Amino acid sequence: MSNTRMIELVGVQKSFGTLQVLKDISLTVEKGAVVALIGPSGSGKSTLLRSINLLTVPNSGFIRVGDHSMDFSSTQTLPRDRDLAAFRARTGMVFQGFNLFPHMTVEQNVMEGPVTVLRTPKAAARDQARALLAKVGLADKAEMRPDSLSGGQKQRVAIARALAMKPDVMLFDEATSALDPELVGEVLAVIRSLAAEGMTMLLVTHEMAFARDVADRVVFMRDGCVVEEGPARQVIEQPSHPATQAFLSHFHNGLA
Amino acid sequence: MQYQWDFGFLLQYKALIGVGVLYTVGFTIATALSGLVVGCLVALLRLSHLRAATWVVTAFIEIFRCTPVLVQLVWCYYALPILTGLELTPATAAFLTLTLYGASFYGEIIRGGIISVDMGQWDAGRALGMRRSQLMRRVVLPQAMRRMVPPLVNQTVLQLKNTSLLSVLAVPDLLYQGQLITSASYRPLETYTMIAVIYFAILFPLTRLAHRLEARPGH
Repeated sequence: MSNTRMIELVGVQKSFGTLQVLKDISLTVEKGAVVALIGPSGSGKSTLLRSINLLTVPNSGFIRVGDHSMDFSSTQTLPRDRDLAAFRARTGMVFQGFNLFPHMTVEQNVMEGPVTVLRTPKAAARDQARALLAKVGLADKAEMRPDSLSGGQKQRVAIARALAMKPDVMLFDEATSALDPELVGEVLAVIRSLAAEGMTMLLVTHEMAFARDVADRVVFMRDGCVVEEGPARQVIEQPSHPATQAFLSHFHNGLA
Repeated sequence: MQYQWDFGFLLQYKALIGVGVLYTVGFTIATALSGLVVGCLVALLRLSHLRAATWVVTAFIEIFRCTPVLVQLVWCYYALPILTGLELTPATAAFLTLTLYGASFYGEIIRGGIISVDMGQWDAGRALGMRRSQLMRRVVLPQAMRRMVPPLVNQTVLQLKNTSLLSVLAVPDLLYQGQLITSASYRPLETYTMIAVIYFAILFPLTRLAHRLEARPGH
């Protein structure tokens, strides 16, 4: 295994019925790199992100995250529940709709992964949860229920919940798209601080200015293919492919 | 001539009535519990990806939902022994029928509760690395339960009233005892009025409970 590449995808394909959503995607992400996936809706970027932690199981291809890999090119059988779970435990994911557990307090949300999946003793998991909540600026919300929080606070709890598993990589699926504009900043600030700590991250985002400033690389997708990828500033400010240029022209107001 | 109501004579049958109440409540509790256990299995099988299991379970549910429970009771007691050689006592036949009948409805309530939980919750649990059983136990069922309890209570109310059909197999439930008292006293109006009052007294608190659970703000 190459120890500088944290994520490696080779020839990943996925179809839903007759619709081919991912057409032979290959992608690598270096350890500590931040990669932004951009593209029009329906381009397959969320499906690609979800196939990295196997929430969507590809029809064929090879996927490696850290030490865990799965090969879908030969076998037709679905991976076993246990193997899927072990694979997913090494990645953290943050969703557009937060998906916090409404029947638990904020602190219990953050403790849930370590306690249930990693069998961490409760006291240790609670200490860790408190530390993570402090890190995302929500130490005082530990005992609250998720439905009493604002969208931005919910999403920061979701980030803390994912970090509690000490993942190799973090995946963000349009993490700010459901937020009111004034709440976007607080979530982006947390993501920015994770980037500064060297967390390997893959983000599906519509925040072009953020992608340009925080991501190392940008990958532009359309119709299930990677059309263009390169250093973030270069792809966003001087895209070479006409499709990328056309897509980015919609955002120029926000990039000033 | 005016009918002369007289409930006083019923006092002499209070032991008989007591036995009836015990049978009615006992059968309800027993078949509600066994029905819930079988119903859980039914729901999980219907949600599984095993096509054969799904088919068999769906057929089972539809047979029990779409035929009268009275016919099922009679069939289980009289026809099953002829077909299989298996002799059942009336109580066993009744227990079996009400368990399966209840399970077919409970199973659909449980399945509905499970699939009503937002897909994002399944995603979140899976993304943390939970296995299927952990996801069910920690994330899905606690949320599904809140939605399932009111309809489960309602179904149990029906289950209790269905025990009145046990009388056709001569199981001494409340209604059967009422029939005995009627044939001895020739006073069906008082007897059945009292039977109705007893059913009401048992079930009214239960429906109130269901109502309170429905009114509780949930997710």
